[in-house]
Amino acid sequence: MQQNGAVGAMAFNEMFLGDGKVRKPYSKVETWLKSLGPSDIERALRECEARFRRQGITFAVYGDNKASERIIPFDIVPRVFAAQEWRRLSSGIEQRVRAMNSFLHDLYHRQEILRAGRIPTDVIIQNEAFVPEMVGVNPTKGIYAHIMGIDIVRVAENDFYVLEDNCRTPSGVSYMLEDREAMMHLFPELFSQHRIAPVENYPSVLHKTLESVAPASSSSEPVIVVLTPGIHNSAFFEHAFLADEMGVELCEGSDLFVSDGWLYMRTTQAPKRVDVVYRRIDDAYLDPLAFRPESNLGVPGIFDVYRAGRVTLVNAPGTGVADDKSIYTYMPEIIEFYTGEKPLLKNVPTWRCSNAADLQYVSEHLAELVVKEVHGSGGYGMLVGPTSTKVQIEEFRAKLLARPSNYIAQPTLALSAVPTFVESGVAPRHVDLRPFVLCGDSIRVTPGGLTRVALQEGSLVVNSSQGGGTKDTWVLED
Amino acid sequence: MLGRTASSLFWMSRYVERAENMARLLEVGYRISLMPGAVEGHRDEWRSTLTSAACAESYAAKYDDIHGARVISFLLFDEENPTSVKSCLKAARNNGRAVRTALTRDVWESLNSTWNELAQIDPDTITSDRLPSFLEWVKQKAMAFRGALLGTMLRTDPYYFSQLGNFIERADNTARILDVKYFILLPRATDVGSDVDAQQWAQVLRSVSAHRAYRWFYKDSRYKPWLVSEFLILQEEMPRSLLFAYNWINLALNDLGQLYGQRYDCHALAAQTQARLKGGKMEQIFQDGLHEFLQDFMEANNALSQSISKTYNFP
Repeated sequence: MQQNGAVGAMAFNEMFLGDGKVRKPYSKVETWLKSLGPSDIERALRECEARFRRQGITFAVYGDNKASERIIPFDIVPRVFAAQEWRRLSSGIEQRVRAMNSFLHDLYHRQEILRAGRIPTDVIIQNEAFVPEMVGVNPTKGIYAHIMGIDIVRVAENDFYVLEDNCRTPSGVSYMLEDREAMMHLFPELFSQHRIAPVENYPSVLHKTLESVAPASSSSEPVIVVLTPGIHNSAFFEHAFLADEMGVELCEGSDLFVSDGWLYMRTTQAPKRVDVVYRRIDDAYLDPLAFRPESNLGVPGIFDVYRAGRVTLVNAPGTGVADDKSIYTYMPEIIEFYTGEKPLLKNVPTWRCSNAADLQYVSEHLAELVVKEVHGSGGYGMLVGPTSTKVQIEEFRAKLLARPSNYIAQPTLALSAVPTFVESGVAPRHVDLRPFVLCGDSIRVTPGGLTRVALQEGSLVVNSSQGGGTKDTWVLED
Repeated sequence: MLGRTASSLFWMSRYVERAENMARLLEVGYRISLMPGAVEGHRDEWRSTLTSAACAESYAAKYDDIHGARVISFLLFDEENPTSVKSCLKAARNNGRAVRTALTRDVWESLNSTWNELAQIDPDTITSDRLPSFLEWVKQKAMAFRGALLGTMLRTDPYYFSQLGNFIERADNTARILDVKYFILLPRATDVGSDVDAQQWAQVLRSVSAHRAYRWFYKDSRYKPWLVSEFLILQEEMPRSLLFAYNWINLALNDLGQLYGQRYDCHALAAQTQARLKGGKMEQIFQDGLHEFLQDFMEANNALSQSISKTYNFP
């Protein structure tokens, strides 16, 4: 716990400077915060909870039968970025996304980066997320990853790190939008005092992005659908939300079928041809004929239609290889290789436990490190050394030594903190940030994104499945 | 619109209607169990409630004897019983959740808040003194749902499919209740039935919330079995009668036919049943056999439901 407190004390506080002065982007927020009485706060928190519950803005926690639908706690203190801070982040993100799409195209075509020896071939070929069936396939406009979330942490005023890239089916954008709605509803006066870049056009930009990558065979108004695994998926609310906001059908696999080489949906009338599928189903489940045969979530034959260029899958199958944690460590090389530029955003130094020397170091320093599964996500199966007990560390060590190649390790970063309402009042809590990026005709980074906050004192785990909350995230305009 | 969406809308409404009907049946069973004269017939009344709810077999598979509190919990909270109030409201909400995009916010929130409130209730706290207010709550929630649907949904296909589910379920429910009690409704040599009979007729009316309406409509405070039957089968003014349900079913199907520019077998089936009810005479129905008539009706109603599923590509 002492270690833990040390992390908290060292952390960069985004609202207050060391001398107690308020950082400029937060000046009006701080004044507003001081003006709130306990009853205002209680009312706001109650209203939020009721609002989210009533609308069914929930997520499911796997393996938890008792309360299988939970709402994510929402904190009313916003997280604020100044315009120029955001410009820096945003161009770094854009650069990364450009590089990732070039990388994916290269991997599934000439593999020049492997020939150049910048990445060991094994890391790609033996990667489960690499889809050999994609070799030689040409997605519309050469784009593989259309929708991405880049997880970023801040450790100092001007020091940001990319923690993780998400280019399979990143979720959370509905919370970003609903958090903004909730804030505007609860505290309209804050919005008249600030000039906050809007995020509400995300669904229409998403729609445009999807339209822009429709196959050449589609009409001027392509038919777009969102493909969901169904109501039991943890992010079902978001799937329904996005389909609704875009005004497109929300389909399950059984609603779609392939006939004579084209993809159709079953309607109450004649079958309707589908041009673009924003799928929220993992590669492995997409098509039982091409991938996992036991999958009943997907659409038999859809991959053939895709390869024939008659439907666009968003994101493309096989994009997961670019956000895999074992690839992450090579991102600086990847960015340089494809853009010829130095990376604008830093990677967190990472030990690959498949490497014997790294493993030895990690094993000796478990109490200081964060250790993650290479293919894991959502904060499941990870160790945060400084906040773990000796017993937990020893248990984890056994798992690590049994399958070293399954793990990577990173130093425990002192994530920045933002004041947050907790039971004892307002106190700093650690945050991260997931900006959302859309890549079609052009690359668009949504101003802000989803800020996740670890509600437990000293905790660095912000995942909603582990008790994290969210905050509205503002980008101020000049 | 997706076939699955149509199906979910249809079943969403059907399940809410079923939950409401279940609450009414329990209300009647509960009333009877409170009546002093009914002690020896007590068990029969709960048996008849189970039969009216089409749950007699599933109950018997689980319990050996019929016991009031057990019947109540089986019909209210048992999630293994697919037609318990809880199962129905859960199914309604899951169907609604799957097609959120086809619902207005008001309709969705009414379903969702009902489920959230119900999920908080500990079945053990619904003791017999709290039962009436709980059943009232179920009915009110069902009515709030229907109100939201009628008041906020666009008159396009989502609305029509949910109306079809609603009225096919209602017709089935009314027909089943009549059929369970058909023997007490048959005309006898004497006009005046015993007190027990009068009580039974009142109970049939109550189970479709029609005992007051009956008196207003017939300007007569005495229940006459053939009038009770007529009221619930042929009177289109009575919102739970078979004809009333078929008027609405036909309305929804015709609108759907117009919207899609095409009519199918299901349109003919529904029109046929409606015509049969419209031209129906109670004397004739009694002569041919009330039980047979109701059996035929339920079969036709079920055939219509299946024809709709097939026509509009329900999964």
